[in-house]
Amino acid sequence: MHLTWLIPLFPFLAFVAITLGAHRDKMTSRRLAVGAIVVSFVLAQVIFWKAVLPPVSGGDAVFESVVGWFLIGTAVFRASVWVDPLTAVMLFTVPLVCLLAFVYGAGYMREDPRYGHFFAHLSLLAAGTLGLIVSGNLLMLFLCWETLGLCSYLLIGLRFDDEAVYRAGLRAFLVTKVGDVFLLLGLCLLYAATGSLAYDDVFSAGTLARLARTSFPLIGGLSLPALPTIALLIFGAVVSQAAQFPLHVWLLDAVEGPTPASAIIQAVATAPAGVYLMARCSPLYTAVGGEVQTVTMAFGVFTALFGALTAIAQDDVRRVLACSTISQLGYAVAALSAGAYVAGVFHLVTHAFSKSLLILGMGSVTHGMKHSLLSQGEGVLFEPHDVKNMGGLARWQPVTCLAFVAGTLSLSGFPLFTTGFWSQERILEAAYETHHPAIFWALAVAAGLTAFYAARLLCLVFLGRPRSEVAASVQESERSMTAPLVVLAVLAVCLGWGGVLPDWFYRFVGDGYAAGAVYFTWQPLTISTVSALGGLLVGYLAYGRRPLRAGQMERLEAGMRRIRLGRLYDALRHCFYLDRFYQATFVRGTVALAHTCADFDRRVPDGAIGFAAGAGHAAAQAASRFGEAAIDRAVSLVARAGRAAVRAVDRFDEAVAKGAVNLTSKVGQAAAQAAVRFDETAVDGAANFIARMGQVTSQAADRFDALVIDRAVSLTGRALWVLSELSALLDPRVLTPLANVVGYAARTLSSASGLFDTRVVDGAVEGVGSAVRAGGRFIRPIQTGRVQNYILIAFISILVLVAMYFTMVYFAWW
Amino acid sequence: MIYYPILSAIIFTPLVGALLILVIPRESVKTIRRVGTAFACVTLILAVIIWVEVTRIGAGETQFEELYPWIPTFGVSFHVGVDGLSAPLILLTALLTTLGLFYSARTIKERVKEYYLLFLLLEMGLCGVFLSLNLVQFYVFWGLGMVPMFLIIGVWGGERREHAAIKYFIYTLLGSMAMLLAILGVYVQTGTFEIGEAAAARPFHGAEQWTWACLAFWGLFIGFAVKMASFPFHSWLPDAHTEAPTAGSVMAAGILLKLGGYGLIRVALPLFPEVFRHFVVDVPVIPILAVISIVYGALVCMAQWDLKRLIAYSSVVHMGYVSLGVCAAAASVGMLDSQEVLNLATTGLSGAAMQMFAHGIIIGGLFFLAGILYEHAHTRDLKAFGGLARQIPYYYGIMLVACLAGLGLPGLCGFWGEFFVLRGAVGFIPPYAFVGVLGIVFAAAYTLWKIVQHIFLGQFDRRKWGRLRDMAWWEKVTMWPLVLVMVVFGFYPAPILELLNAAVMTLLKGLP
Repeated sequence: MHLTWLIPLFPFLAFVAITLGAHRDKMTSRRLAVGAIVVSFVLAQVIFWKAVLPPVSGGDAVFESVVGWFLIGTAVFRASVWVDPLTAVMLFTVPLVCLLAFVYGAGYMREDPRYGHFFAHLSLLAAGTLGLIVSGNLLMLFLCWETLGLCSYLLIGLRFDDEAVYRAGLRAFLVTKVGDVFLLLGLCLLYAATGSLAYDDVFSAGTLARLARTSFPLIGGLSLPALPTIALLIFGAVVSQAAQFPLHVWLLDAVEGPTPASAIIQAVATAPAGVYLMARCSPLYTAVGGEVQTVTMAFGVFTALFGALTAIAQDDVRRVLACSTISQLGYAVAALSAGAYVAGVFHLVTHAFSKSLLILGMGSVTHGMKHSLLSQGEGVLFEPHDVKNMGGLARWQPVTCLAFVAGTLSLSGFPLFTTGFWSQERILEAAYETHHPAIFWALAVAAGLTAFYAARLLCLVFLGRPRSEVAASVQESERSMTAPLVVLAVLAVCLGWGGVLPDWFYRFVGDGYAAGAVYFTWQPLTISTVSALGGLLVGYLAYGRRPLRAGQMERLEAGMRRIRLGRLYDALRHCFYLDRFYQATFVRGTVALAHTCADFDRRVPDGAIGFAAGAGHAAAQAASRFGEAAIDRAVSLVARAGRAAVRAVDRFDEAVAKGAVNLTSKVGQAAAQAAVRFDETAVDGAANFIARMGQVTSQAADRFDALVIDRAVSLTGRALWVLSELSALLDPRVLTPLANVVGYAARTLSSASGLFDTRVVDGAVEGVGSAVRAGGRFIRPIQTGRVQNYILIAFISILVLVAMYFTMVYFAWW
Repeated sequence: MIYYPILSAIIFTPLVGALLILVIPRESVKTIRRVGTAFACVTLILAVIIWVEVTRIGAGETQFEELYPWIPTFGVSFHVGVDGLSAPLILLTALLTTLGLFYSARTIKERVKEYYLLFLLLEMGLCGVFLSLNLVQFYVFWGLGMVPMFLIIGVWGGERREHAAIKYFIYTLLGSMAMLLAILGVYVQTGTFEIGEAAAARPFHGAEQWTWACLAFWGLFIGFAVKMASFPFHSWLPDAHTEAPTAGSVMAAGILLKLGGYGLIRVALPLFPEVFRHFVVDVPVIPILAVISIVYGALVCMAQWDLKRLIAYSSVVHMGYVSLGVCAAAASVGMLDSQEVLNLATTGLSGAAMQMFAHGIIIGGLFFLAGILYEHAHTRDLKAFGGLARQIPYYYGIMLVACLAGLGLPGLCGFWGEFFVLRGAVGFIPPYAFVGVLGIVFAAAYTLWKIVQHIFLGQFDRRKWGRLRDMAWWEKVTMWPLVLVMVVFGFYPAPILELLNAAVMTLLKGLP
């Protein structure tokens, strides 16, 4: 058993333990959760250093551990863990950020009544993320992937009495579910085509070459080429999970969750998992190349720009950071699409540190705001997340402020000594290499905007004077919250010093991927530096030099309104109303469709019953064509059924459902006399029943001409016509005894049932002695009359049909 | 080793229990309950033994075969046998019956004697169907399973029980009549009622008998489709499942629906492989019906406000996946010589079988939960609830697990069936898989939006629900076995897949 297996196991066990009982005690829950993540962290460090210390060669797995999971078809599916450079660096990043967020959460959620559940869900989230990283095949990855979506849902849903919040949770879950479906389909196709889902199998050169020649048949001779289809389907999952443009909306909903959860979701877990998947599948994307890469590139670049643009107009601090995450992940996707594998992965790592730092820092600020709000008892309408209510917090929260400065610098890519610079520069370099000026410039503009909104946020929150009473009395957060901030701040800045670590990173992760030394081209280097510094400077000039005062309009808004771009500003602020658009189209549309379907289901005569009744109707008509005096009683019975059908047609005006009940009672009444005059009434009743059903169906058939039912009915009708033709040929001598037998059986049955009836009604007292009485007692519950007669009719119809069938078969043979 | 006829034992243990109940005076309700539950437990133990033994000896071949002549003149015999396909379903039947009777002990207060008696008869009928190797015997047990269910709905059901019971009865009766005709047709052609022999004899083989083959196939198919509530034949289901008493709904949805799927795999596919393939590939009626069941069923679910009705409709969706899996296997007929095709077809068909088992567990759990809530709150109207997560957290937790399993979350048992079915389907009939996958999104929507959100989230009305109690111990005891099965098979499906896979592989190897 390999140590790697244990990394996700401990948080999972913590989740189970807390959910099953420990959640009642806050202290125990916290100890369990934090303890488990500490163990995972230590294990991950062990694995990381093991992977790093000896010089590893190539993109091979450093180590892998495989066990049999289950047998399907002829092959055993193996569960596996797999540690290669990509996993190793994620193993350094993810448990660290998780651990810090857990410690932070212990303080942040202190007063929450659902503290235990919070830690349970957070542990599951951590377990899912760690499992996703170490899994050695796409199926285990998918399993963990879905866990992440569930955890965001649960964490957001912690505040289940706030309607806006749990609705946001549901939206987030459903949007990511759309992506999951793409991934599931992609995996199914990949699995069907290659017979495996293990990384070393499906991403091997041989398999990819074979895939390139495979295609899946569609309708009418069309077929889908396997490789691009799979790549695009998997990219669909990336788009949804990594919050790329049209499906990014879930991330904006997810900010409603508790801050530590948001930090994990945005920095290391759910959203980055999308990019991780794409990095994992990069051999696939390299192999498919061409148009697919253009598509992914378009999504990435557009999202980077879109996210940055919307971020500059947000007032809710949580939304600023969510838009920023969207934009930064777009960056990473663009890098991976450009073939800059290492740059994309490195960006994932640097983003993890800077974004978790910013989110946790912002959480510290809003935590202070909320506390101050509580102590002041200000109105419910006060929005503690709104930057317009903040200002001048540097004075009250110095540690948070310093940490936030570090995060801002790293996010905007401040040259040379922040980690963010090294990844951003590499991505711009890769964009420059593509020789598409549009891509390069879009990303450069996005970089400038990033620096701008980061500076804007910093200035609006920490500089100037407090813009509300609440902000004036904020206190610094407790030690358990500021300590993680300090650690993250050091990491976000120091990891990039002088480019020593980035250089190592490129060699470690990049081996086997990007051959050749890391080199710099002056254009992207300059542009990157200029956009970072320029953005920061403009942000400072706009918001820092003359800080906003209370009641003043936001600078950007004021500026844009002055030049008549107010509408654009509104659109930016509402992220181009995309969620409203989805609400109005997809959500409303689906719900409307659902109601239409349900109405259809209520009103349309039941398919099968109509089908069978239609058959009966057709049979009755066919039989009546022979005339009353046809061969003998057997046929005349059917004919009478036909007449009864015609009679019933006039009377039938009730709705279908009502009719069925009505019918039942009619049949029941008729059946009451059945014991006496059975062979008249019962036959009539049966005919009535068949006729009514026939009526129902023929209406149905008329209304739903094109449906299957129609075809089926006519088919059966034809079959029965053939049958009646056959019976026309029958000799009376054959049928008469047959009919006699049927009649006799019916009479016997009826007298038996009459016997039952009396017995049951009378002898409903006790009677353990006689077997007959016991039977009667058993029958009693059902002797509502109707039920019984139904059975009777049912038996008779079976008998008749069987008889008809045998005759038919007899003739067919003969 | 087992030296006694265990299969006869498992079929007739419930019958003995039923006969015993018959002679117990109706006043001694406690004795009746104990005897009923005890016999169900014995059956459950036998089912576990069968599972273990079949795993040990080999699930690919028919085991513990028993053959006694019944009506030798017509080739009717009492012929039972078990393999990897039927063993899980037997266990499912025994488990749900036991839990159902255990739960009913505290909820069924009138006509206890008849209730327990019918329940045991129902169990006998269901076990009989799953173990039959003779078509007539299959049909007889099929009918035996149908009648007690009809009475359970009609007597102990909700307000509109009679309507529901009669609708159910007429539907299944017509379905089984079609099936009976087909069975007789097969007999006339091949001269045998034995499933294995009849399949080997290839009834109505050849171009000149194609029409007859189609007719016979459709007879069988309609019989099974009605039972498994495939799209145009599903409308009995919401009524019957909604009106049935809790344990009745559990049995009806948990096992009776599986009869249809089981029949498709065990009877329709081996008897008429070419016809089946024709209606899957050349005239794709069946996969279209399957996909409609999935998407349409899920949409209808989304518009329901009655909790039980919603759960009932969700069966249509899940059984749609079963048909899709069988379709995938049927589409492979004629190409099964290739190892790769065999592998893929096995995956699809095992997925369908796995889906049946998992759905039995999940829908059983959901109906129990709906019954528990109704028992406490006296309403099933989703609009009446809200914010109950605070009041009944234990129930919330269990319901959440069952719902997540229902929407096919990986790590719970509902996932594997859907995954393998889709994997099989993308290999042979990709367009339908692409559409069918939509059901997963819709399923997430109707479970989380309708069930979870409307019952548990939102503002809590203390005046209205302040006295609602959480689950009692017997309700927990009823639910925990199901939850455990969901979780254990969710992470480690190997024990059941091993059985299904071996049986399905043998079955597919027998096809042309």
